[in-house]
Amino acid sequence: MPITRHCSIIKVVTKMHEYSITESILSMALEKAAEAKASKITRINLVIGKLSGVVSECVQFYFDFLSKDTIASSAGLSFESTPTKLRCRNCEAVFSPVNHDWSCPHCHEIGIEIVSGRECYMESIEVE
Amino acid sequence: MTVKVITVGEDILGANEEKARANRKRLDTHGVLTINIMSSPGAGKTSLILRTINQMKEKVKIAVIEGDVASSVDAEKVSEMGIPVVQINTEGGCHLDANMVESALNSLPLEDTELLLIENVGNLICPNEFALGEHRRVMISSLPEGDDKPLKYPAMFADSDAVLLNKIDLQPYLDYDVNAFKKLVTGLNPDVIILSVSCKTGEGMEAWFSWLESEVKNKKDR
Repeated sequence: MPITRHCSIIKVVTKMHEYSITESILSMALEKAAEAKASKITRINLVIGKLSGVVSECVQFYFDFLSKDTIASSAGLSFESTPTKLRCRNCEAVFSPVNHDWSCPHCHEIGIEIVSGRECYMESIEVE
Repeated sequence: MTVKVITVGEDILGANEEKARANRKRLDTHGVLTINIMSSPGAGKTSLILRTINQMKEKVKIAVIEGDVASSVDAEKVSEMGIPVVQINTEGGCHLDANMVESALNSLPLEDTELLLIENVGNLICPNEFALGEHRRVMISSLPEGDDKPLKYPAMFADSDAVLLNKIDLQPYLDYDVNAFKKLVTGLNPDVIILSVSCKTGEGMEAWFSWLESEVKNKKDR
């Protein structure tokens, strides 16, 4: 039986994680500001969990670059970092892990649910 | 000028989630079970895909999307096996996203596909945050990486439907505590299926094939 070959190559230029996140932040903020017919975005309030893997310094760096020539160019970014909170599946205690030790400090069992720390959302924007 | 506060309360990756839902709907229309395969570089994603194709291609119509920072070596190997494949080169990007997968779907014969395997970019952090439209998430962790990986990358372990512990044939040479690893993973994710396998020797692979076959069958029956 002849082998049919089917192989296409798509090249996509993306940058690191925070770059795409920053693009999403900017477009979301611009969209909300346009809906409100605002002329300037002065602040963007973000909630980023410790477990989300998002580095806020990186977001700020890309934002300064990407927001040039938009109504968000002088907007300040504020990051509220939510701590990692875990709930023990055994004794139901809620705790924040220390030094990546995810075992329960109360009953010492391993087995948790992530209660918070994975947040990555825009709480609000401030506009003029 | 008065400052006005506009409450947003939206997920920053909402646009990607929306695109992922559209991809999944499109895949559902064609009855294509889609698996997002994630791991660190070198854990065995390509070996798993090649072994799976080899074992299942007579029974199941398979297509592949290969995500890599650069090169098409993996896609060429898949193509040599007569399987439709699209290579996405992210040119430095650390993960695939729903938009890239949408473009790739346009180049695949979805009407003639039952199982789509997506090899994500080798990375244990970012790929987890970007849904692609997949039905199942499969993660590979390999023995040389160490048994503490669930502690360092908890989110990916917590979100996977199946975790393959690959390179199990190396156990005699490494200080790797398989039970400790399994305990950590089940602790994060009580519903996960953990399979010890070796893509090199074939050890444990039957369990993986039968899991995959039953998932494909469930998708068809639905």
